[in-house]
Amino acid sequence: MDAIYSIMDAILPFSWLSFDFMKNALLAVLLITPLFGILSTMVVSNHMAFFSDSLGHGAFTGLAIGAVVGIFSPMSSLIMFSVIFALLITWIKNKSKASTDTIIGVFSSTGIALGLMLMSYGGSFNKYATYLIGDILSITPEELGMLLLVLVLVLVLWGLLFNKLLLLSINQSFAKSRGVNIMLVEGIFAAMVAVVVAISIQWVGLLIINSLLVLPAAAARNVASSVKQYHVFSVAFALLSGISGLVMSYYCSMATGATIVVLAAAIFFITFGLRGRMVR
Amino acid sequence: MLKKIFHHAKSEADCSKLCCTKIEHFGVKAGNNVIFADVNMHVHCGQLTAIIGPNGAGKSTLLKAILGEISHSGELKYTDAKGKHTGHPVIGYVPQYLKFDVSAPITVEDLFAASLSSRPVWLLPVSNREKILTSLKRVKAAELIDRRLGALSGGELQRVLLALALQPMPDLLLLDEPVSGVDQNGLELFYEILEDLQNNEDMAIILISHDLNMVARHADQVVLLNKGIVCQGTSQQVFGDPRTRKIFGVLAGDRYSGNPGGTGFVWVEHQKRAGCGCPECQADNEPEAKEEK
Repeated sequence: MDAIYSIMDAILPFSWLSFDFMKNALLAVLLITPLFGILSTMVVSNHMAFFSDSLGHGAFTGLAIGAVVGIFSPMSSLIMFSVIFALLITWIKNKSKASTDTIIGVFSSTGIALGLMLMSYGGSFNKYATYLIGDILSITPEELGMLLLVLVLVLVLWGLLFNKLLLLSINQSFAKSRGVNIMLVEGIFAAMVAVVVAISIQWVGLLIINSLLVLPAAAARNVASSVKQYHVFSVAFALLSGISGLVMSYYCSMATGATIVVLAAAIFFITFGLRGRMVR
Repeated sequence: MLKKIFHHAKSEADCSKLCCTKIEHFGVKAGNNVIFADVNMHVHCGQLTAIIGPNGAGKSTLLKAILGEISHSGELKYTDAKGKHTGHPVIGYVPQYLKFDVSAPITVEDLFAASLSSRPVWLLPVSNREKILTSLKRVKAAELIDRRLGALSGGELQRVLLALALQPMPDLLLLDEPVSGVDQNGLELFYEILEDLQNNEDMAIILISHDLNMVARHADQVVLLNKGIVCQGTSQQVFGDPRTRKIFGVLAGDRYSGNPGGTGFVWVEHQKRAGCGCPECQADNEPEAKEEK
């Protein structure tokens, strides 16, 4: 870690980077935002904005269960519960005839209510408040290592799964006719998003995590006309808003996550204005 | 009925030379509601079979049953040109319309690359652009390769989907009203492409169409479906049949008389009404009339 710090000192001699926690935060941003940029392309294309929102709520319950029951470490309970939550929604969505947003709504509200109920048990809610807003400045080097691992895993899965996911995003029965196993592909994708949400929720925060899964791709769609451009723009917008958000929050002493999201939203509105000129 | 038997007998004999697909006793039920029952069809390579029939006759459902997308009774038997039984044929399918998000940043090339290979489209350059161009040329759509899917016209999209259905080259090509809402030029182009496929590929084509004049001009075999096969045969046989007249009703008069290959029909669905004496209306006592423009 010290080696990385000294490299950062050498190539980025900025005053805001003189603290180790800022170096950690920058590294975290460099890992998290591309991750969200990539995942958000298919979250948006598959109309899963509401779904990913509910994942945050599910993660909240997982956290509460982990904290109250205390058999597993909070992190493993969080990841496990989020994945189960995501797979359950995907499964019921495919089996039931009720409309998707209704089912997600049911799960989402159950998740958040259950989480709040458990956390407020014994009047100890305040210590969980960071999960609502998130604190990227508190990230440790070990956690950075875990983020790197998740990023690599997601990239590998994205390489294996993407084409099928793309066909699925165009039309479900079309994908089926091309031999895509819909439940499997959807399930893996949902689990992937769930893991990423669960891991990053303590740094990004429940209230804004979904914005990071929607805004980069939503902005990229305004200017991209092919799949490659879509990814390049989405990752670029996520990185741009991430880094500038971190710097801005340092100088103005504001919540980092929220600043990042506001900048991402600004990018969305700018690209929205450029829409007609960029897309063929 | 005699015609049907005769047609079948003739086809059985042909089977030694050509690949053929036999659909035997197909039936589909939705709950207690019979969508169609006891459908027997026999299609050969190089043949264009058109399925016609009123709305709700079960045409699209029949194609989906052949595809295996919905459960059905009966069997699909496929024999290749060498006479060896090969089980299930490779089926290409072009849906009636593809509902998708028109703002999606996906080009025709992306669609092909994602469908034909597992090489991740988002990361690596497309390796088989030449192959994609060749298959698009086949449907006269090579210039569309870099266009966004949402920017294609209805006819262009149908041709792109047709090109995709031809990868890999199917034994049986199913087209569900592929040209509904496509203008006259697009229509001619589409049938030209089908003719090319009929002549140069070892493939049987089943087409659902409401354009009876096009059907009369291009189909080798016509099947009139209405909850079951009403009649089948060559277009002269079917369009000359009084039962066809009963279902499709109105004669076009002189409008099509100068048009060789015309059917003498325009597409006006038979109006069911209470007082009508035809067997169809007596059979189901539906007072309300179904109507299509």
